[in-house]
Amino acid sequence: MTPPLSFFEIVWLARWPLLYGLGTTVAISALAILGGTVLGTGLGLALTYGNRAMRGIARVYTDVIRGTPVLVLVLASFYILGTVGLDLSAFQAGVLALTLFCASHVGEITRGALQTLHKGQTEAAKAIGLTFGQTFRYVLGPQALRLALPPLINTAAEMVKASTLLSVIGVAELLLRTQEVISRAFHSLEFYLLAGLLYFLVNFAIERLGRYVERRVSLA
Amino acid sequence: MTANLLEIRDLRKSYGPVEVLKGVDCDVRAGEVISIIGSSGSGKTTILRCVNMLEEFEGGTIRIDGEEIGYSTAGGQRKRKAEKEIARQRALTGMAFQQFNLFPHMTALENVTLGLTLVRRMGREEARALGETWLDRVGLLQRKDYYPAKLSGGQQQRVAIARAIAMSPRLMLFDEVTSALDPELVAEVLQVVRSLADDGMTMLLVTHEMRFAYEVSSRVIFMNGGRIGEEGNPREMFAAPKTERLAAFLQSSRFN
Repeated sequence: MTPPLSFFEIVWLARWPLLYGLGTTVAISALAILGGTVLGTGLGLALTYGNRAMRGIARVYTDVIRGTPVLVLVLASFYILGTVGLDLSAFQAGVLALTLFCASHVGEITRGALQTLHKGQTEAAKAIGLTFGQTFRYVLGPQALRLALPPLINTAAEMVKASTLLSVIGVAELLLRTQEVISRAFHSLEFYLLAGLLYFLVNFAIERLGRYVERRVSLA
Repeated sequence: MTANLLEIRDLRKSYGPVEVLKGVDCDVRAGEVISIIGSSGSGKTTILRCVNMLEEFEGGTIRIDGEEIGYSTAGGQRKRKAEKEIARQRALTGMAFQQFNLFPHMTALENVTLGLTLVRRMGREEARALGETWLDRVGLLQRKDYYPAKLSGGQQQRVAIARAIAMSPRLMLFDEVTSALDPELVAEVLQVVRSLADDGMTMLLVTHEMRFAYEVSSRVIFMNGGRIGEEGNPREMFAAPKTERLAAFLQSSRFN
């Protein structure tokens, strides 16, 4: 009878599913953060500068989405969208749910940052003849980004954590892969700790990247 | 007869139920320096802000070189012009603000060149050269790579004036440009404004600096309750005010 495999030998055997899971987690998070940032910036602009109707729509959107548990959004986008003919894979549905969630947060962060800026900034830009697009791109955007960076990094980290919820609809991200490995090889404590460490590393990388960007754009 | 550079006719503006401009008429010829004085709330600043469309206005017309600003009237219908067109018209005037409003994430030079590259479509080098020329003119060439936070209030205001004037506007608007400054920094800013006036720049300035208004203006407009209370040559007006309101206002103003 061969001696039982050590934990590290099992990890080595299970390295591909785990790495695949980690890759999926990173892909989900990256897509959701990217899509959420683009959509959220638009929402923030609508909340700040939109006319009454635009502000109203954006406000209802952010309040409803932010007030809904992410798990509910994930389940809804997987099970409900199918019934109305929008047939998404679990991965697509999950990414969609996280993107919408992320956008609602980025929208609020963007609005907050833009409203903090003194209105003299907009007026000075207008006074030299800049259009609204130019004003946002060269004057307001860069200043808002500096203010919004810390909460944006926080939201990005939240998205990585929220990606675990996609395991519920069968997306083989890191948590689900870890559970699959545990169901065959036991060592549940060690594998959960390993998964925790990997999540930490992803978020640590995001945080370092954020700090780096903050330093790069700081005025000091 | 020289044509008017700026022509304001029956300008009316309300904030909600409060009418702040109750029909203002004003003509400015090229090269004139006009000071607008009056107590706060009399509508001085609002006039400037209407001229470059930072405020909408409900009645009257403003023309620069005969071109109607902000609105077009066709068949009795008054319509706000398209945003792009308004942006172009805003560049006809330059404005300096009480609070400077420099862009804090850009150096002094970048503040000046932003409009040159984006609005005047100059190449990077040309914009840079012109920006440096104007910073030199306001005495801040050595500070061109400083961020606004590292400049004194007076220096920031001089950069802000350079930023506006570098765009070669037809008309400069100065909105209480020394009101937010420490007393010892007022002179350096007024010196810049005065040198622009000496160059023949057409300007409209709202100010509380009575002595400066007296010395530099070709004409003074006294605003009173949303209307022009009195207007004329500063020497005559200050020596012999025709209205009691102006007399009282001058009495309460400091001449230093």
